Parts: sequence; C-alpha cells; structure tokens
Amino acid sequence: MTPESMTEIWVYLSAQPLLWLTLTLAVYLLALALHRKAKGHPVINPVLVSVSILVILLLVTGTPYQRYFDGAQFVHFLLGPTTVALAVPLHAQLKRLLAMGGPLLIALVVGSLTAALSAYAIGALLGASTPTVISLAPKSVTTPIAMGVAERLGGLASLTAVFVILTGIFGAIFADGILRRLGVKDDASIGFALGLASHGIGTARAFQLSEQTGAFAALAMGLNGLFTAIALPWLLPLLAPLLR
Amino acid sequence: MIAAFALLLTFQLAGEALRVALHLPVPGPVIGMGLLLVYLIARRGPSESLRTTSGNLLQNLSLMFIPAGTGVMLHGARLFDEAGPILVALVASTVLGLAATGLTLHFLTRKGKQEGSR
Repeated sequence: MTPESMTEIWVYLSAQPLLWLTLTLAVYLLALALHRKAKGHPVINPVLVSVSILVILLLVTGTPYQRYFDGAQFVHFLLGPTTVALAVPLHAQLKRLLAMGGPLLIALVVGSLTAALSAYAIGALLGASTPTVISLAPKSVTTPIAMGVAERLGGLASLTAVFVILTGIFGAIFADGILRRLGVKDDASIGFALGLASHGIGTARAFQLSEQTGAFAALAMGLNGLFTAIALPWLLPLLAPLLR
Repeated sequence: MIAAFALLLTFQLAGEALRVALHLPVPGPVIGMGLLLVYLIARRGPSESLRTTSGNLLQNLSLMFIPAGTGVMLHGARLFDEAGPILVALVASTVLGLAATGLTLHFLTRKGKQEGSR
C-alpha cells in the first residue's frame, strides 16, 4: 500500500463516527485488560487509562473533540439507560437500605455539605477565580446535575463537567484506601461514601468491590444529586460573602 | 435483551417527561431510576432479562464516562493557569467529603448495632 492511499484511507475514516466509536470501545477493552493484569489495583482506573490514551490519540492526530464525540456519543448515550438500571441493585438491597434510613440521611447531609462547601471555601481561600470556585462546588454530584447547579450560580458548565470527572477518578482510585485507613471497613459505609463523593465513577468502582457496595453507592449518588440540586443554590450565596 | 433495554429507555423517557413537566432540578435518568425502583417494588423484583441486561450495562458503567471524560482536553488552558488551587480544592474537599460521609455512617450504624445487641 502506498503512503498516498494510506493517507486517503485515514482522511476518509477519521471523518466517520465509526472510527472513534470503535476506538473508544477498543481503548476501553485495553484499559480493562490492564486493570485485570494489575489485579484490580485502583490506580489503573479504566476511565483514567482510557481518557489518557484517547486524549493522546486525539492530540497526535490533530482530531478536534467535537469530531471524536460524533462517534463516541453512541457510548455516551448509554449513560442514561444505565443510570435507570441502577434501580435493579437498589431494589435487591432495599430491605437493608430502608433499615438504615435514618443514618443514611444524616450521612447524606453531613457528607454532601462537607464536599461542596469545602471545595468552594478552599478554592476561594487559595485565590481561584469566582467562576472556577462556583464550578468546583457541585463537583461531587453526577454531571447533568452539577452542570445545571453551576450554571444557575454563575459557574461554567463545561468546566464543572471536567471537575466532576476528575473528582470521580480521584475518588475511585483513593476512596477505599482512605476509608480503610480511617477504620471504615463495612461495605455500606464505603459504598455510600464513594457514591456521595464521587458519583457514577465512584459507583462504578464500588461495583468492582461488590454488588452491595455498588447498591449503596448508587443510592448515595442519587440522593446527593437531589440534595445538592435543592440545597446548594441557596446555601452558596450565604457562604460567598464570608470568603471575599 | 431488547425488551429489557426498551423498558429502561421507557423509564428514562418517563423521567425526562416528568422533569420537564414539573420543572424538577434532577436529570431525567435519575428520576427514571426512582420510577423503575417503584415499578420493581410493585412487581416484586425484576424479570430475568432485565436483571441480566442491567447487570451487563452496570458492569461497564466506566465505559459510559469515557466520551465526557475525554472533554478534559478542551479545558487545558484554564486547568493549567489555576492548577494549584484547583488541585488542592478538588483533592482536599473530596477526601473531606469521603471521610465525613464514611465516618458518620460507620459511627451511626455501629452505635445502632451495639444498642441492638445489648
């Protein structure tokens, strides 16, 4: 094959959704294989590894993100029905969840306020710009809620999406180690903390630990999304003047 | 598998419709998750195909975050300019959030168990 025909094939394929959809799946499978090879070590996080490889591929080939997303959107779309599917493990753990209702609600309020307000306060005290700190506040909740909340408060929705992803990856990598060091070893507490602080990516990690851990994470993700969407828009304006 | 997938999409659609109709602050799929949970309680558990399909999707939950995650590349400049404060705020607040949640729940449920065993 001549270099000219190679270039021609590349020019054609790189403009098709098929190429980037296929590469997204292939890179994910590679990341999963690495994850298994590392015996499930949390640092070889499948999201982190896949995103790193894809960003390098896109930069090297000079492909704009929008063209990548034209293909990858089919995978992105599955996030919706998969979120709905979280009801199945929730239902399987329903008795346990209901028996722990009171403690779960208290942990929700304490954890949610700590995660959101400390992000805002630390960012502000270290001199980050106002749009940046507002975009940081809802970073522990699932992307669509976080983006909506940030936008309503004067943050940048797309920047929030990045913080949400980074928070999720950080939590998925370090959460169980941190919690175990603090003496928190039961699956309910680990799962609930993972889902609350690191939303869906934390929940994906929780499902790697066990189905029970995953169910608690799914519940925490849903509850924190709901609580943050309601509480943050009136709490943040109260806190803001204290830090300026 | 297609029937189960159609069921998931139907609940997502119902969630979206409810969100728009009632101006709810929560995304459609999260409302759909709540609706499906109510349906499963009423039906006393999922069908075999829904259980399998959900299991397959949830096993690959990480995959679904890759397209959005790759969007990190769009924010290189701002992330670089404010890297210090952003990194410290992200890491510290996530550790604090994890610890506050985990310790609260751990403490409350452990206390409950001890009282129960007395």
